Amino acid sequence: MIYQTLLKEFPYLLKGVLVALELLAAFMSLGFVIGILLSVMEVYGNRWTSMVAVMIERFFRGVPAVVLLFLFYYGLSDIYNISAFTAATLALGLRTAAYQSQIFKGAIQTVGSGQMEAARAIGMSKVQAIWSIIFPQALRFGIGPWSNEFASELKDTSLAYTIGVVELLRRAKYIVSYTYGNALIVYGLCAIIYLILVRSGNTILYRIESKLQMPGFETRRERG
Amino acid sequence: MTGFFEFARTYLPVLFEGTIVTLEMWSGCMLVGTILGLFLGLSRVYGNKPVFVLSSGYIELIRGTPLLAQILFVYFGLPEIGILLTPVVAASIALGLNTAAYQAEYFRGAIQSIEAGQVEAARSLGMTQIQAISSIVLPQALRRVIPQWSNEPILLLKYSSIAFVIGVPELMARAQMIGYSTFRFFDAFLLAALIYLILTTILAQSLHTLEKRVSILPKSK
Amino acid sequence: MSLLKVDDVYKAYGDLLVLKGVSFQMEKGDIKVIIGPSGTGKSTLLRCLNGLTSPDKGKIWIDGIEVTDPKTNINKIRPDIGFVFQNFNLFAHLTALDNVSIGLVKVKGMKKSEARVLAMEELHRVGLEEKAGSYPAEMSGGQQQRVSIARALAMNPKLILFDEPTSALDPELIGEVLKVMIDLAKGGMTMLVVSHEIGFCRAVADEILFLDEGKIIEKGHPSELLTNPSYQRTKEFLNKIIKLYGEERDKA
Repeated sequence: MIYQTLLKEFPYLLKGVLVALELLAAFMSLGFVIGILLSVMEVYGNRWTSMVAVMIERFFRGVPAVVLLFLFYYGLSDIYNISAFTAATLALGLRTAAYQSQIFKGAIQTVGSGQMEAARAIGMSKVQAIWSIIFPQALRFGIGPWSNEFASELKDTSLAYTIGVVELLRRAKYIVSYTYGNALIVYGLCAIIYLILVRSGNTILYRIESKLQMPGFETRRERG
Repeated sequence: MTGFFEFARTYLPVLFEGTIVTLEMWSGCMLVGTILGLFLGLSRVYGNKPVFVLSSGYIELIRGTPLLAQILFVYFGLPEIGILLTPVVAASIALGLNTAAYQAEYFRGAIQSIEAGQVEAARSLGMTQIQAISSIVLPQALRRVIPQWSNEPILLLKYSSIAFVIGVPELMARAQMIGYSTFRFFDAFLLAALIYLILTTILAQSLHTLEKRVSILPKSK
Repeated sequence: MSLLKVDDVYKAYGDLLVLKGVSFQMEKGDIKVIIGPSGTGKSTLLRCLNGLTSPDKGKIWIDGIEVTDPKTNINKIRPDIGFVFQNFNLFAHLTALDNVSIGLVKVKGMKKSEARVLAMEELHRVGLEEKAGSYPAEMSGGQQQRVSIARALAMNPKLILFDEPTSALDPELIGEVLKVMIDLAKGGMTMLVVSHEIGFCRAVADEILFLDEGKIIEKGHPSELLTNPSYQRTKEFLNKIIKLYGEERDKA
């Protein structure tokens, strides 16, 4: 009997996956762009630029995700009315930007200052050097840690639940509520869905990592 | 934001109570999580087939699913098979099990980074496997693991905030309560954010000092 | 009863048969050196003797106790067999003194203070008392290897196995280790050494065993085997070594 209910509700549950993935795409891209910006500011900026970048990064890394979510959703609604989805995108986006900026910073530093010196020595501007010399190498060093961050954020989409975004877990909660129970099975099912998502995500990223391999670029997976 | 400091003065005590709960949960989970994590890490390196499979499966399961899902599962799901838990206990269990899985991987990496030759030398002297692990591998592995491992206590402190979802009266929950009663959400959550910031910074500094204090010489070869 | 008896030992790694029926014996006080091309199982043979590896077929006895018997408690025999590794394998987190004494404390149950006294004696024997408080990372390769010999000696073994003890050392450090080994030999220790240090052979070896393709092709006293080997393969191998290592270093 419960299985019939589950079968009926399955599409509803799966729509939650779509919402989660939408959210993920939105805030990960935001985070990627801002992350790169922050890392460039930190590594190549002057004293003030890098200080600002560091402060932003420290704040968004030191404050828990749910606090950020609430800050943006309830907090900002004093000034401006935003949807839960937007608030989640902003909050999680800036947070992942802070994490990603650390990954990119590490990748840039692994490339080494010698490369930048050589590029400037043949006459490239700082921007040209960053774009054609540093980035391609940093990209390959950064893929491993970035994949870990991606998997982590995929799971953290679930946190949007707390401000009411109707993703996978919230739908699960609704199902549990109006079927008066079966929490074990429903949440268990969610767990399996997440496992599949995370595994697939990792596999895809691993394939990309392998495709981008060049001799001399060790891509280490630390959480593997 | 002139009202902010008045606000802060009024509500800081409430938030402070929540911080205590947060720290209590955190220390309990760290203790349990580290011990369990070390055990799992050792199982993955030295365990026989069944032990290895079980610990690997557990680690994969926990690391592949969101913490929130795990907390909901423990708090709402377990009662269905007869295990009723208070919010604090449920949250602590979920957090402890969660951090153990991540720590296990750090420990495993550190243990495996100790050259196998040292274990062979220890066994050649006549030490048992357990003696070799406890006198030769662990003293070195536990030192090597600290830089990476230090992420866990900090992450755990931040993720403990999720416990409010099942009603644990920790820092985040109190901020939420203040917000609902005063409608000054921004101030309430900003205050909470600052407290978390202070806590994580202190923690990060302490761990950094620990790392310095405990390191021996650069590893040989 | 021989101190060491090896009877018809076979060992394969996957499809590769590395030891194809090796047999020999050693009596107390014997100094034997195993030479042969790389990859022919010399290390494997040594590791079978103290149980780090198990042969697929064949038996090994140390002082009457069968090492290859699964019922034997290997931890009880190992203190009697010293093992010196090519890569030293010193315990990185311990000082030289603690490296040498830890076996006494953990395996023989000695008190730390007593163990340290004995350890100091052994360090003195290998000429490294002043390095007692140093960590492996602070010592040269030659010093590390001498400490590892002291570590083996501290257990008061009946025989010591040396697995290419000088192969990982810079040339100028080889001499100090060979000197310790020669002194040990002259002092009556039973030693089985895998090495290509011909000078060592000439100085103290009672017998040289030439191991090639998993079998002992030839054995003999250095004075005979080195100057007038009976087999072609032995001749070829010896020529190769002399070409590679130039004049044998005579450290006697």
